[in-house]
Amino acid sequence: MRNRWLVLRVAVDHLAAGVSRLFTLSVLLVLVLIILGLLYKSIPILTSQSILDLLFSSVWKPMKGQFGFFPFIVSTIYVTVIAITISVPFCILASLYLTEYAPRRWTKRIVPFIDLLAGLPSVIYGIWGVIAIVPFVRDILAPAFGYETSGYCILTGGIVLAVMVIPVLMNIMIEVLRTVPIELKEATLSLGATKWETTSRVVLRKALPGVLAAVVLAFFRAFGETIAVLMVVGNTVMIPKSLFDPGYPLPALIANNYGEMMSIPKYDSALLFSALLLFVMIVGFNWLARFVLKRTERYIV
Amino acid sequence: MRTLWRRFKGWFFRQLMRVAMVSIMAVLLFIVITIVIRGVSSLSLDMITQTPKGGYYFGREGGILNAIAGSFYLAAGASLLAFVLSLPVAFYLNVYSRSKRNVRSVRSALDVMWGVPSIIFGAFGFLVMMALGMKVSLLAGIITVTLLITPIMVRAMDEVMRTVPRDLYEAGFSLGATRWEFSVRVLLRKVYPGIITAFLLGFGRAIGDAASVMFTAGFTDHIPNSLLEPAATLPLAIFYQLSSPIPEVRERAYAAAIVLTVIILIISLASRLLGGRLSKHSTTD
Repeated sequence: MRNRWLVLRVAVDHLAAGVSRLFTLSVLLVLVLIILGLLYKSIPILTSQSILDLLFSSVWKPMKGQFGFFPFIVSTIYVTVIAITISVPFCILASLYLTEYAPRRWTKRIVPFIDLLAGLPSVIYGIWGVIAIVPFVRDILAPAFGYETSGYCILTGGIVLAVMVIPVLMNIMIEVLRTVPIELKEATLSLGATKWETTSRVVLRKALPGVLAAVVLAFFRAFGETIAVLMVVGNTVMIPKSLFDPGYPLPALIANNYGEMMSIPKYDSALLFSALLLFVMIVGFNWLARFVLKRTERYIV
Repeated sequence: MRTLWRRFKGWFFRQLMRVAMVSIMAVLLFIVITIVIRGVSSLSLDMITQTPKGGYYFGREGGILNAIAGSFYLAAGASLLAFVLSLPVAFYLNVYSRSKRNVRSVRSALDVMWGVPSIIFGAFGFLVMMALGMKVSLLAGIITVTLLITPIMVRAMDEVMRTVPRDLYEAGFSLGATRWEFSVRVLLRKVYPGIITAFLLGFGRAIGDAASVMFTAGFTDHIPNSLLEPAATLPLAIFYQLSSPIPEVRERAYAAAIVLTVIILIISLASRLLGGRLSKHSTTD
């Protein structure tokens, strides 16, 4: 009787082991299937046009079967770079202030608020952009620089994205800055350094790999963001010449046209190729960033 | 003179940091206030208890019940499905796997999936639907969103399970527990607040994501009666109705925005209350 009970327990354990292995494999399989599916669907476009032509041509005439992704790639990069350039300096300064200068109870109240905003869906940031940032850029910012714009432009997209990634950036940066050991700061202070010298030369330097990691993560979040950007960026196929020109990032291209392009097989293929492009860029940069992080970590510690 | 300069630098950067801090908080508050002010004036009982009349894009009457119901069906279905999938994977990573290399590569693959934009999941979901001959439906939406949030849930569960000290494993096994018994009776009990947080994280992501449901769940004026009908969702209700030329329709977008924000707020508070509370089986702290 006892023996049979033991056999049952072991059998259950083995079953659970099998199930957990199976589920793990199937989750990984999804990743492989996404890559294969996108690759397979991209074959028609890849065989009809050279890859250099696809990436660097700016002729976009789907009806004539000409697909140049250059305007979309440029728009994606512009919007992302604007977002990161605006948000990173603010976030570094604010997180340093919260961890090194502000009273602890401040931090305790602000961190949950930032957590909440990190969970806010991107469509909420999008609607805020339409209500607040579009008129601001159209009526105040653009005239101040002597431009005319509808407000739906690269800069608006960049600003909305910048605000969207702030909670993500702050969350990680605060976490990283907190891990800097207090002994390190005490040592520097006791050698006569001012508070700011300690903060900038010791704390920030020690936390640099983590800060870089946060920036990379925010970059990806911004790079693949669809809805919030789609709502404010104007969606016109052109290479933007100024910040106040409309743009058309890759995710917006897919969102706007996918699903209704089934009648033109090559268009379908082109859109899935752009999804593949987005995927490759994100995964590629991700690996590159990890490699760089490992190098810098070794250099600093 | 030099000391004075150093002091000035300290003072200057301190002020700069203050300005950065204050402006970030101001902008973030500004978002919440904008959404609330625009939303409150368009909220009414009809808004949240009626479906749109005469088409969601042109009809002036009715509310957003279609999107509220659709979003709940979709998010509940997807997060339950993802939960059932995620827990065994988290057990695999922490209890079952004997190879450290496997664990490391599974984790990094999951991190890659976490970073994949939701629009790619949406496009992939649509691809699979076409291949299987499925139509735009609640079921297709649920499956796609499940794929999107499973990596998030697994990694969130995994992170809390990793904090459990190795001694506890050894204690459990030395008392004769099988790996399954240890997983369910010891490990799960120990980390269950973290598991709840992981579930809510996935639910929040599921209810807020627009790009993945765009081609898969579609949009409709009606509350779906079966899994095979299309379903409206709150993010898409905002996105589609905001671009309408008719002011009454735009009001529905603002109302949907405040409803979605309140849902996210409740989820966030719930995960703080439930997840933050220490379990009675916890030995640390």
